[in-house]
Amino acid sequence: MYGKKVKLRVLFLALFLSSVILIVFLILQSLKDNVIYFQSPSEIKSLIELDKKKIRVGGMVKEQSVFVNSEEVNFIITDFKNEINVIYSGAVPNLFAEGKGVVAEGFLKDKNYFLATKILAKHDENYMPPEVKEAIGDK
Amino acid sequence: MFKSFEPNKVFAITSKASKYVLFLFIIVLTIGLTEALVLSPEDYKQSDVVRIMYVHVPAAWISLGIFSSLALLSIGSFIFKNKNFALIAKSLAPSGFVFNIIALVTGSIWGKPTWGTWWAWDARITSMLILALFYGMYLLAWRIYENKEQVIKVTSLIAILGAINIPIIKFSVDWWNTLHQPASINILSTKTAIHPSMLIPLGIMTVAFALFSLLIFLMKYNTELIKVKNKGLNRL
Repeated sequence: MYGKKVKLRVLFLALFLSSVILIVFLILQSLKDNVIYFQSPSEIKSLIELDKKKIRVGGMVKEQSVFVNSEEVNFIITDFKNEINVIYSGAVPNLFAEGKGVVAEGFLKDKNYFLATKILAKHDENYMPPEVKEAIGDK
Repeated sequence: MFKSFEPNKVFAITSKASKYVLFLFIIVLTIGLTEALVLSPEDYKQSDVVRIMYVHVPAAWISLGIFSSLALLSIGSFIFKNKNFALIAKSLAPSGFVFNIIALVTGSIWGKPTWGTWWAWDARITSMLILALFYGMYLLAWRIYENKEQVIKVTSLIAILGAINIPIIKFSVDWWNTLHQPASINILSTKTAIHPSMLIPLGIMTVAFALFSLLIFLMKYNTELIKVKNKGLNRL
């Protein structure tokens, strides 16, 4: 139906695209640590040596773990397997709340304590009016 | 297969269609904006900030959809040596680029009150920025190269290479830890994480934006056809 040239161009494009996709895949695979925006408490726990660089830790704010005093905010980030204590002084975003997602940027003091320099609230994929939220309860 | 292309017949359709599309766009946009800004409820967590979503999400969808079309048309144009495909792609690109920028800007405006930052180098946002760069390159290439054969080759290459980024954008939120939330709507299942009262304005706004893209496309494509006719050619 189509000429020989058309078939050759299809073959060329297939080879070209598969090689580029493979290259992109390999690059992303080797850059994995940089592509992820934050690490989970479990990943922090499994670190062999502490990173001196600025890193980000993300997870859920553990229920009843937020303590605010005049100088700092203390809370626990959990991924429901491991936990890490966060110490932060400064204003937290409006959506920062217990049981909600959070990303903390800062430095590791040790594997259990994280000194945050910035707090970001992570939003989840759920969108609903307040009445509906009340009807289905807090869980 | 695609040889029987007659610019005059197509021109007769595209030059008339744009005013109907404009009329329809204004109606759908009015309904969409009323739904999104007035009638739809506020979110339990974000309150009124949620209304940015009705612009952000459709804009992102359309920009991804148009870039995918650019890639498919470029593949078609390369394999079948069909210049019309290249002209269709050229006419589609500007509105896709505009929606890409809108998605980035509204995302930034949404990010400040919700996340607490204007910008984050997370995988979703960065890959969306890369898409905008590819759009920019694509549009610039059409203006830089004079030679017809050459310009089609260069723009096709940009579109096809840039399309590899599309699945990366889509699945970035599933493959890696990102600040951006995962998808709320899954086309393979009927379950969505968006309440129906918020899904309706989202749908209407998507239709409105698609109509806007169609309108810009018709106007751009018309210009291309006029250029072809002015050269006194009855084929491309």
